[in-house]
Amino acid sequence: MTRPTARNITEDEYFFGHKACAGCGGSLAVRMALKVLGSRAVAVLPAGCMSAVGFNFPQLCFANNAMISTFAGTASMMTGVEAGLRARGEKDYQVVGFAGDGGTADIGIQALSGAIDRNDNMIYICYDNEAYMNTGTQKSSLTPFGAYTTTTPAGVKIRGNIREKKNMFEIVAAHGIPYAATASIGYVDDYMAKVRKASEVKGMKYIHVLAPCPTGWGIRPDETVEYARMATDCGLWPLAEYGCGEYSLTRSMKDPGLLRAYIRGQKRFRHLRDPDIEYIESKRDARWEHINRSWKAP
Amino acid sequence: MTRSFISGNEAFAHGIRLASPGVISAYPITPQTIVVERLSEMVADGVIDSDFIHVESEHSALSCVIGASAAGVRTFTATSSQGLLYMAECLPYAAGGRFPIVMMNANRSVALPWNIYGDHRDSLSQLDCGWIQAYAQNAQEGLDLALMSYRIAERPDVSTPFMVNLDGFHLTHTYEMADVPEKEQADRFLPPYSTQNTIDFDTPRNLCFSAGPDHNTAFKAGEHAGLMRSRRAVIETEEEFSAIFGRKYTGLTEEYMCSDAEFILITLGSISGLCRDVVSSLRKSGMKAGLLRLRYMRPFPVEEVSAAVAGARSICVLEKDISFGFAGTVFINVCAAIQNAGICIPAMNLIGGLGGRDITEENIRAAFQDMASGKTGVVFIGMEDLKI
Repeated sequence: MTRPTARNITEDEYFFGHKACAGCGGSLAVRMALKVLGSRAVAVLPAGCMSAVGFNFPQLCFANNAMISTFAGTASMMTGVEAGLRARGEKDYQVVGFAGDGGTADIGIQALSGAIDRNDNMIYICYDNEAYMNTGTQKSSLTPFGAYTTTTPAGVKIRGNIREKKNMFEIVAAHGIPYAATASIGYVDDYMAKVRKASEVKGMKYIHVLAPCPTGWGIRPDETVEYARMATDCGLWPLAEYGCGEYSLTRSMKDPGLLRAYIRGQKRFRHLRDPDIEYIESKRDARWEHINRSWKAP
Repeated sequence: MTRSFISGNEAFAHGIRLASPGVISAYPITPQTIVVERLSEMVADGVIDSDFIHVESEHSALSCVIGASAAGVRTFTATSSQGLLYMAECLPYAAGGRFPIVMMNANRSVALPWNIYGDHRDSLSQLDCGWIQAYAQNAQEGLDLALMSYRIAERPDVSTPFMVNLDGFHLTHTYEMADVPEKEQADRFLPPYSTQNTIDFDTPRNLCFSAGPDHNTAFKAGEHAGLMRSRRAVIETEEEFSAIFGRKYTGLTEEYMCSDAEFILITLGSISGLCRDVVSSLRKSGMKAGLLRLRYMRPFPVEEVSAAVAGARSICVLEKDISFGFAGTVFINVCAAIQNAGICIPAMNLIGGLGGRDITEENIRAAFQDMASGKTGVVFIGMEDLKI
């Protein structure tokens, strides 16, 4: 099949009429993945932004089959849907989950780990906007170091989030999952290609897509894609794949110097001082040393 | 039909085998384990064509069968105690989504203190979550309820999940004779699974959605109506069941010598057998004793309870539960039912069997003596001197 791109992708829409904020990265991640997967995708979404904006009876915004799961139960409900459809004799369907960073890396990680362990045939997509945005921007374990959230405020004693972002990609890969990838809504062709690839791999698949939230990050709605790209270009969000025990980069860091502009451009980081930014740079550099040493180059 | 010497858990597993769910998902917890072990063996041996899904928690077990039910297949899960509480979030979820899931709960005490033995505090704490709740008296009734629960839950006018409760150890682990029906009989009794609220590729659905203040009441009232309609479904299903299997059941309650009774003991579950013996014995000594066994706690047998106790001088509810700060949950429900029927008689609440402590024949005799003296209030068996 032709590699999906923004130019050749279907004009059919599967997620529309919802009330997401202007410039929402998460809704773009859901919309583009469903365009790749098509009408026989069954979407499971836990409590979170995308279910809150898309499932308000009678305004139901999915053109394909879709359902809300409990917050912790995305992956286990996906398993049930997949097993049920198989038991009733359906063929050629895709069960896909769309959970946020909190729904994936915090409350849903146990069910996700169970599903990877069972190697159920489905695609789990984490749309990562780096905090609990649906409830008004609280820290999750995927909130990056230094970021202001309403529960990691920039106080006098503690200035923003003191913890690093949890490395979900490698946690998932450590299960020996058949396919995992990181992606970005800023590089939508790369993201769609990974969704397509996931749909062709048998067993459990995980895609972690960075999806900026203008509301929570403090950027303009028309800057979502730009900041998503900058995160990858400055080396903070490497785009990569994992499969058959091997990590491969799909896009190299473009310009380490962009990191300062990436941080300085977002209101959630405005309290950071130069040493904080230097710390973020040092962490990034250490990570890239590891990547360059052990991951396959693009 | 095969006559078998089996435990309650095994009897229940046979009932589930005969219902042939497409998806079974469960997490182990004592004293539920044997029912899922037997089902795992049946799946492994190809005796049933079900998918057995090993989940990492009870929350995932119920979440998984909700997904499978939404996909359009019959499902089963089983749990107990801490497991039931761990999956508690998913209970109203299944009920609100109108998914006719069947679950066996092996009744067990709730921590703290830790205790693996049987009482009813686990299931009764979840009475308000929108599930039908039945309580078996013996292994045979457990097996029969396994089959009937699907028939009742899946009726379009009901479409409500069903929790069958078996007393931990007293029923789950005790061996007794039970008739195991043939598959052909079960197939005649139980039609193929069919519900409205399923994934459909021709007409795609958005399921398990949000409903704001304007619409929420309509969904909740509909859920209540479905559960209330299960009253009629229970009666009709038991008639259908009797026609095929020959065993008769008596609806939401079972009366024993209640028609002219002055003193009626109300209880549920496996203790009923001993209570019946005591009633027989008291009758011989001239006391007009009666026993009312509640087979269902939801839907609550409002009319049945009121009718049974209408002529009594006093009643006592004996239960393995306490709603701390008030009284036993069964007692609270019974009192509400008879109050609305205009029945005003002394009512006593005897709390026993907590954490598996034995309820003796003497305890039950004493309850009847207390009723005869018009005693009221909440009493913990063996803790009569406790100063509150």
